[in-house]
Amino acid sequence: MSKEFWRWKEYNWVNENMDWRTGDIITAGVDVGSVSSQAVILVDGELYAYSSMRTGSDSPKSSTNAMNWALEKTGMTLNDVQYVVGTGYGRVNVPFANKTITEIACHARGANKMYGSTVRTILDMGGQDCKAIRVDEKGKVTNFLMNDKCAAGTGRGMEVFADLLSVPIEEIGDLSFQVEEEPPPVSSTCVVFAKTEATGLLREGWPKNKVIAAYCSAMAHRVVTLLERIGVESDFVITGGIAKNRGVVNRLSKEIGVETLKNDYDSQIAGALGAGLFAKALVEKERK
Amino acid sequence: MIANYGYKDGSGEFFISIDTDKCNGCGDCVPVCPSGVFEIRDNDFDPLADDPMAAVTEAHRKRIKYSCSVCKPDSNYSSLPCTSACPTAAISHSW
Repeated sequence: MSKEFWRWKEYNWVNENMDWRTGDIITAGVDVGSVSSQAVILVDGELYAYSSMRTGSDSPKSSTNAMNWALEKTGMTLNDVQYVVGTGYGRVNVPFANKTITEIACHARGANKMYGSTVRTILDMGGQDCKAIRVDEKGKVTNFLMNDKCAAGTGRGMEVFADLLSVPIEEIGDLSFQVEEEPPPVSSTCVVFAKTEATGLLREGWPKNKVIAAYCSAMAHRVVTLLERIGVESDFVITGGIAKNRGVVNRLSKEIGVETLKNDYDSQIAGALGAGLFAKALVEKERK
Repeated sequence: MIANYGYKDGSGEFFISIDTDKCNGCGDCVPVCPSGVFEIRDNDFDPLADDPMAAVTEAHRKRIKYSCSVCKPDSNYSSLPCTSACPTAAISHSW
């Protein structure tokens, strides 16, 4: 079989320094996206373990796989988790969820935890949609906009592109800066048209990196026009898979003139983390 | 909170915005819309709140331009059944 360049790495992680048995409230959030699924386990609202993997064609199975993988290194079972909140595109298909919450609310809450209370604007660049969210200091949504009508400016578009150019998707960001000068963006961000355009540019003799730069730039530009509707107030953060692609992130920051906050958290777990935090809040609400 | 429902495409920006701080969940917008664009549902964006609010149904979000064309075949119609029916002026259209 030929190499699949779009295949990004799946992983799971556990905080070895924490003992979940001493925790009071153990909750989980499962974010079943259109491209990737994450499961996060929280002990008293602190990140304990998580997993990130590809969503298959079977949503219930994907959510179960993600959850099991997050549990794998922890020594706990699903029965030890008191409350599970499902979120994301496939949230209605999480069989073990106690409740489902929209990904907009979860991303806002998750980003507030990851980047702190100074975050005011969140851009989630997901697998198949883009969400621009404004939040207050508590992580409560004050304004939002979601575009899921087409795959332009999303992870899926980038996957298609990586495959077309035979470049591993994780290397696209770095390669996009290895150009002599910044090319103009491709004129269409529509994945299908951009693919046609890129093929044409390659035939004209453009080096691969230059085509990558032109695509990253187009993707950044398209998202900026979405952000304009709700306005950008700093601190500004980007979550989702594309946040890991500096080819898009740096160009986007440059275009809007606002730097993005960065830290060690995995940008893809924002939704699941928020879901887990809501789960904790719901447990506390029930106890009252 | 301002909830923007709709999309942007090559032909323009098509969003219905609902100011949830103004919306009292009365539901007056629901029956007046000939396309059935609105519904009253739980506040999706604040899961800990208990007040229901008006929202654009999932099915209409991706084709709102066409859903609304019954009342406004063109842009910039100032008086619409939904905006007129809303007692708190919580609904606005971007086009």
